[in-house]
This record gives sequence, C-alpha cells and structure tokens, in this order.
Amino acid sequence: MNPRWWLIPLTLAVALMLAMVPLPDAAAPFWPDWVTLVALYWAMALPQRFGLTFAWIAGILLDVSQGALLGQNALGTVIVVAFALRYHQRLRVAPIAQQALIVTVLLLLKQALVLWTSGLAGRAPETPWLFFAAPLTALLFWPLLFVVLRDLRRRYQVA
Amino acid sequence: MQPLFQQGTGPLLRTLFFVLLSATIMVADHRFNQLEQVRGVLSGAIAPLRYAVDLPARFLGWSSDQVRSREELIERVNALERENLRLRARQLKFETIRSENERLRTLLDSTSDRDERVLVAELLSVALDPYRQQVVVNQGERDGVYAGQPLIDAYGVMGQIINTGPFTATALLISDPNHALPVQINRNGLRTIAEGTGEPDRLELRYIPNNADVRVGDRVVSSGLGGRFPPNYPVATVMEVERRPGEPFARVIAAPQAHLDRSREVLLVWPESADPGNIAANGDVPAADADGTDAPPRGKP
Repeated sequence: MNPRWWLIPLTLAVALMLAMVPLPDAAAPFWPDWVTLVALYWAMALPQRFGLTFAWIAGILLDVSQGALLGQNALGTVIVVAFALRYHQRLRVAPIAQQALIVTVLLLLKQALVLWTSGLAGRAPETPWLFFAAPLTALLFWPLLFVVLRDLRRRYQVA
Repeated sequence: MQPLFQQGTGPLLRTLFFVLLSATIMVADHRFNQLEQVRGVLSGAIAPLRYAVDLPARFLGWSSDQVRSREELIERVNALERENLRLRARQLKFETIRSENERLRTLLDSTSDRDERVLVAELLSVALDPYRQQVVVNQGERDGVYAGQPLIDAYGVMGQIINTGPFTATALLISDPNHALPVQINRNGLRTIAEGTGEPDRLELRYIPNNADVRVGDRVVSSGLGGRFPPNYPVATVMEVERRPGEPFARVIAAPQAHLDRSREVLLVWPESADPGNIAANGDVPAADADGTDAPPRGKP
C-alpha cells in the first residue's frame, strides 16, 4: 500500500473547486469540466489505483456542487472513465495532441449523456450547442493539465 | 509490480453496476424527491471547498477596504448618512401610513399585516451550468433556513430556497425556467403568474387575456397566493405587451426588479404563516410555485 495515494483525492478536490469558481456569464460555458479531466488522467495513469468507484463519487460530488440531478454527471464520468480504463495502455503511449483529441471526444460524449438525461428529466436547455463548448476548450487545457499532474505524480511517487 | 494484462473482476460488469446505480439515483431524485437528505449531507461535505473558492473574492474585498483612502471613506460615510436620512424620512411617513392602515383594518375587523423576520446572507457561488438559474448562499439549516423559503434582495424578490445543507443552501432564482411565482399587477390587482425564461433579465407573465389592462411600465408585485412568498414585494416591471388576436392570451414580458446577476448580499425571509382563511376567501386556487420540491412551507423555525 503506497501511502501517497492521497494525491488523487486532493487533485480531485482542487478540480471540484475549479468547477465551482464563479465566472461571468459569457465565459462560463467555456470553462472545462475539470473533475472529469482529472478523473480521466488518473484512470489513464494509474488504473490499478483509480477505479470506477472513485470516478462515481467524483461525479456525484460534481452533481451536488452544480445542483444537477443526482447521478447525471456520475453516469457520464463512469462511462468515460470505464473507456479510459479499458484502453489505458494505448492512451498512455499516444502523443499528447492525440490524447487531447481523444479526451475531447470523451468529454463530448459525456456532455451528450448529461444533455440526454436532462432531456429525459424535462430540464433540457433551449440552446444545447453551448453545452459542447466546454469539451472544445478542454482540448487546449489537456496538455497543461497532463504535464502538471504527471509532474505531481512523479514528484510524490504516487503508484 | 502490477501484472501487465490484468483486467480485474469483470470491468464490464462493474461499469454496468455503476451505470445502473446512477440511473436508479437519478430516477429516485427526479421522481420521488427521496434524496434531499443525501444531497444536504453531501453539500455539507463540500461546503469547505465552497468557502475556500470564495476566499480570494473575500480577500480582494477586504484588501480593497484596507487600502481605501481617507477621503474616499469620508465621502462614502457622507453619502450613506445622506441616504440614511432620506430613508428615515420616508420611514416616518411609512410609520404613519402603517398605523393608519392598522386602524382601518381593525375597523374592518380583518387581520393585520405583521412584520417578517429576515436574515442577511451572502452568495457563495452561482451554478456552473449556464442553463440553470441557481445560487448558493452561506446560511444553512443551522441558521433555520428551510426549503421553500423566499429569498429577496434590496430591490425585489430573487427566488426561493430549494435545498438546504448544514452550512449552505441552494436557491432557485425566479428567472429559472422551472420557477413560477404568483404575482399581481400593482396598479389594478390583476393576478397572473410570473414564469422564468432562463434569462436573468426576462420573466414571462402567463395567462393574461388579450383585452386585459396591462401597460408597459406597470409594476408587478408578489400576490402572496400559494402561501410561500409574502405579499406585496416588488417582483418585476412590465417591458413588453404583445396582444395576439389569434391566441387566447397576450404575451407579456417583464424585467425582474431584483438584481439577479449582481447582488451579492441577499435577504432570507421568514414570512408569517399564511392565513388559510385569507386565501380561501379570495376564491383562488393557490398556484403551485416550486419546481419539484414540495417541502411544506413552515412558519418560524
């Protein structure tokens, strides 16, 4: 048992805080989904440590913090993280630009799931395409996040 | 060292388990509102994170107070004193009118209005989801906040509490598409319902007949029907009236009086428990005014 696994919940907590930062209305739709991004990183880097349970809890907390229907983000996060866990060996060795592309596609999938469940619950937004802006900015943020989290993981030797 | 090709105990099965778990929770949350307790506990758990996020803004406010110059402070104090004087003068007039009103009411043998208790709260955050008009305030169950409680700012009605945690509470704004508020036009008492549109500067007044007496600039106040909001708080000002001959009702748009996207300090109101006889005497069915949360409005906690 490695004593340094606490870095994983810590980074997730920071991601949750980033998700709660109040932003002006114009910028808010473009703010990436930090919690899912961090969850995807850990699923890819440490699949034996970061499993679906972690992803699900992170999703539920995201739901609570956003006032969404409980389970919406949890469902989306679990599905994309399951994908990342399944293909972590290929994702890890991919060039960073390619990783960013795959992550963006996964986040688009997650947004579609959230939108779909919102629709089922009768809460669908009137202009759904703004929903898909955040994954596109994640394309730019992923390399930065990847480097930061990788350096943290190496410095604290999380395994 | 982990084995390279280990897949664990059925990853597909586990994914399926969590997907089903999420689906069950969503249904329970949406259909039966069973999870308010859970949500309250979890929002208590993330309350420290919320406060931490709020710290930089608080610190900025504090440091700008610290470096403010003496002249500026004197000027502000003077301005506030002037405003205080003006408000006091108005209050004097208000007091006479109120005692007169009370006398008239006793003459008519009807119940008198009582003062509502209020509590100042600060916004901690707004919903990340751009399509949901919600805010989180820094008062929770421990301060006696309850689901269904009205929220106002210095200018008008803002919304109502839909969920409480121990230290924080979530409020739905009147501009949320899921929110409807029983109101009346101040000028002639015409009753209608103000529905949110999803935009912070527009409300739609529903079910107003084409020939009704509504004009641009009319002030809209809460009617107090439904028993959740106290009556006669300003809600909105009518901006557009479009009479549509082909349709049963006119399209009326109003701008909320409350500064929904700018106020940082808000007030939580404990209305005096609505007199049921009052509503029945009016002959009106109280309009449902919440989205899914049907917590009964309580009196003073």
